[in-house]
Amino acid sequence: MAVAIILLLVAIASVVFHLFSPWWWTPLASNWGYIDHTITLTFWITGAVFVAVVGFMAYCVFRFRHQEGRQADYNPENKRLEWWLSVGTAIGVAAMLAPGLFVWHQFVTVPAGATEVEVMGQQWQWSYRLPGKDGRLGTSDARLVSADNPMGLNPDDPNGKDDVVIQNDDLHLPIGKPVKVLLRSIDVLHDFYVPEFRAKMDMIPGSVTYYWFTPTRTGTFDVLCAELCGAAHAQMRSKVIVEEEKEYHAWLEKQRTFAGLSEQGNVSKAAYKTGRE
Amino acid sequence: MVDVPFDTVAGVPPAEVGEVELYHPKSWWTRYVFSQDAKVIAVQYSITAMAIGMVALVLSWLMRLQLGFPGTFSFIDANQYLQFITMHGMIMVIYLLTALFLGGFGNYLIPLMVGARDMVFPYVNMLSYWVYLLAVLVLASTFFVPGGPTGAGWTLYPPQAILSGSPGQDWGIILMLASLILFIIGFTMGGLNYVVTVLQARTRGMTLMRMPLTVWGIFTATVMALLAFPALFVASVMLLLDRLLGTSFFMPTLVEMGELTKYGGGSPILFQHLFWFFGHPEVYIVALPAFGIISDLISTHARKNIFGYRMMVWAIVAIGALSFIVWAHHMYVSGMHPYFGFFFATTTLIIAIPTAIKVYNWVLTLWRGDIHLTIPMLFALAFIITFVNGGLTGLFLGNVVVDVPLSDTMFVVAHFHMVMGIAPILAVFGGIYHWYPKVTGRMLNEVLGRFHFWVTFLGAYAVFFPMHYLGLLGMPRRYHDIGETSFIPASAHDLNAFMSVAALIVGFAQLVFIFNLIWSLFKGKEAGGNPWGATSLEWQTPETPPGHGNWGKELPIVYRWAYDYSVPGAARDFVPQNEPPTRLSAQGAHP
Repeated sequence: MAVAIILLLVAIASVVFHLFSPWWWTPLASNWGYIDHTITLTFWITGAVFVAVVGFMAYCVFRFRHQEGRQADYNPENKRLEWWLSVGTAIGVAAMLAPGLFVWHQFVTVPAGATEVEVMGQQWQWSYRLPGKDGRLGTSDARLVSADNPMGLNPDDPNGKDDVVIQNDDLHLPIGKPVKVLLRSIDVLHDFYVPEFRAKMDMIPGSVTYYWFTPTRTGTFDVLCAELCGAAHAQMRSKVIVEEEKEYHAWLEKQRTFAGLSEQGNVSKAAYKTGRE
Repeated sequence: MVDVPFDTVAGVPPAEVGEVELYHPKSWWTRYVFSQDAKVIAVQYSITAMAIGMVALVLSWLMRLQLGFPGTFSFIDANQYLQFITMHGMIMVIYLLTALFLGGFGNYLIPLMVGARDMVFPYVNMLSYWVYLLAVLVLASTFFVPGGPTGAGWTLYPPQAILSGSPGQDWGIILMLASLILFIIGFTMGGLNYVVTVLQARTRGMTLMRMPLTVWGIFTATVMALLAFPALFVASVMLLLDRLLGTSFFMPTLVEMGELTKYGGGSPILFQHLFWFFGHPEVYIVALPAFGIISDLISTHARKNIFGYRMMVWAIVAIGALSFIVWAHHMYVSGMHPYFGFFFATTTLIIAIPTAIKVYNWVLTLWRGDIHLTIPMLFALAFIITFVNGGLTGLFLGNVVVDVPLSDTMFVVAHFHMVMGIAPILAVFGGIYHWYPKVTGRMLNEVLGRFHFWVTFLGAYAVFFPMHYLGLLGMPRRYHDIGETSFIPASAHDLNAFMSVAALIVGFAQLVFIFNLIWSLFKGKEAGGNPWGATSLEWQTPETPPGHGNWGKELPIVYRWAYDYSVPGAARDFVPQNEPPTRLSAQGAHP
């Protein structure tokens, strides 16, 4: 009796916790509301199954607990019942899988007009690069990484000259414009994770991965690393600031290009060599 | 029931192969230490696994102390935290659960349940244990080497696993890989034994479709392990070469602490594919024996045949087969080609169907049963709850797009602990309470057992159920300290502290369990040969604990399946598998 009640209470407490929990996802700041809807749908279906199974179990424990003189039924199988349950389960699974795959198709299909933004991870900081006026990012290679060129950008690539390089600073994005985030790393795996955007993807040294989203809310959002990357994994932080188009451009104006940065580097090197400093 | 008749003598063929003489022990050493008796090897495996499991348990306390009260304990820093999670995960999954289910339960139960005298290759079986022990010792030694154990996470993803940014890069990772290689060698020797014994050494009348589901679970899990562990083996060897000789199987051109390394041309993703080609079947290598054990516990203690036996067997086989084509669902956000997502999400959700069938059949076995709420039954009920809970959250993470926000968060940690941590360990406990009387001849203490059950079940649920919600909130895993964020409210820290306190209490209950195991060995109530009134062969041995060779002079002959409980008209509410039908009718039973 007590056991049946406790089993039932476990199910009820789980549902109550779910409904009244103050711990829930952060307010969305991207177009991926579809993902949230799919999660909600999945919660409903799985929650119903959980309560049904535990409730049935608790009832059986209550109703068929051992008492003097009770004998169990002898009932090896019931083909019909087993098939019905299998078909019902298959329908429930399909009801979750179909919307999931539909939304995944959107997730992996980048809209044609998306602006490219590069995020580079290294132990343990983030760097960003935006295409310059030509709208294209130059190539890069881990072999080119040096103190003057920490992102390993190709100095001979004309597309890269006007690229905007942001180091040790926050990334700004304009609201309402689809962004294709190109992800790369120069050392180990990292993962560019902004909880409010819902999207995330690992960054792998030697390849470029991506995802896309459209920021839908202005504000400042935390960037965390979601793939274990060594001792200071938990401290690898940055911020993304989503703002109106005008403010964004004002910020962009103040940023420096790759050409500008390397020129400055060359000037200071030359100065050092000739001993004028 | 046409296929698993309980009332015909038909089909008990004469033995095809004569019996082979066993190697009987000649001294104390060959009886208790270098023993070739599967039952002794089983106990050796179990004690070793539980001993190293205690280390992992202590590590989980340290982790929970840090997470619940960050900054309070000066002796835990970021590096150590990573070392704790890595060792905790690896020990629990491989050195505890795999070894205990296959090496412990498998060794003890397979020969007894199929009516064999021993494993077919007793000497190799003995070697298997000693190689396993060596693997455990190598693993444990990493706590004492310079730099300590590896902190690469139990998944050991390169490049970070072998670069200097991770703790234990010096000795820890090398010894970890060496230990894994040893474990796999040892396991292969044992695993071949289990498979051949099930296929070749079943007693007369023990058809495959009369085997208890415990044997089906362990058998299928072993076949899977023999196919899956080689992937981990090659991955470990290659990673070891990358670390020691500077090869580049998994290492692309990369920079280490600002310096260009000599690595180039390798693929970090390749390691992940190899790891999970092993790693996903591993989930079911742990789950299938638990499924089997739970089926038998429920049937025995509800005094009712397992519902849908044939469907249960096919579900085990189907799950085993499907689990080899779902591995990349661990890699949805790894950067692999996004179109893989469609395939792996579909296969992953399909596996939910045979799994659900198993759950339905367990609860339908309870229906109109005669449920004795013994301790093994309580653990079985708790297993169903935690397994269903963890299985259902698997439908979130398996559904590729839902996984995107949740992967690498505490939701994942909560999910896999519920489904392949808590649930299988509850099955282990249920199994130990159930079979301890056969192993030792004495019952475990009832009061301590009930205390252990309630604290473990409710406590573990209180730790891992709320943890899902921290993951929804966006709290990443493998963070020793979440620090300042704009999106995690202060109340989440209180929740973390609550979970830590619950975890410490659950840990304490395990000490009570260990005490019970030792105390009952000397002071437990005498059990007799068949205290639960069970049908399967291990309860019908002439001696308890069974002697070397298990069966005395003659092997048992099997006349029926393992689930003849509450047969209408039978004298008792169970009919042992080796009870001839004639005797039944003589007692005026069902014709």
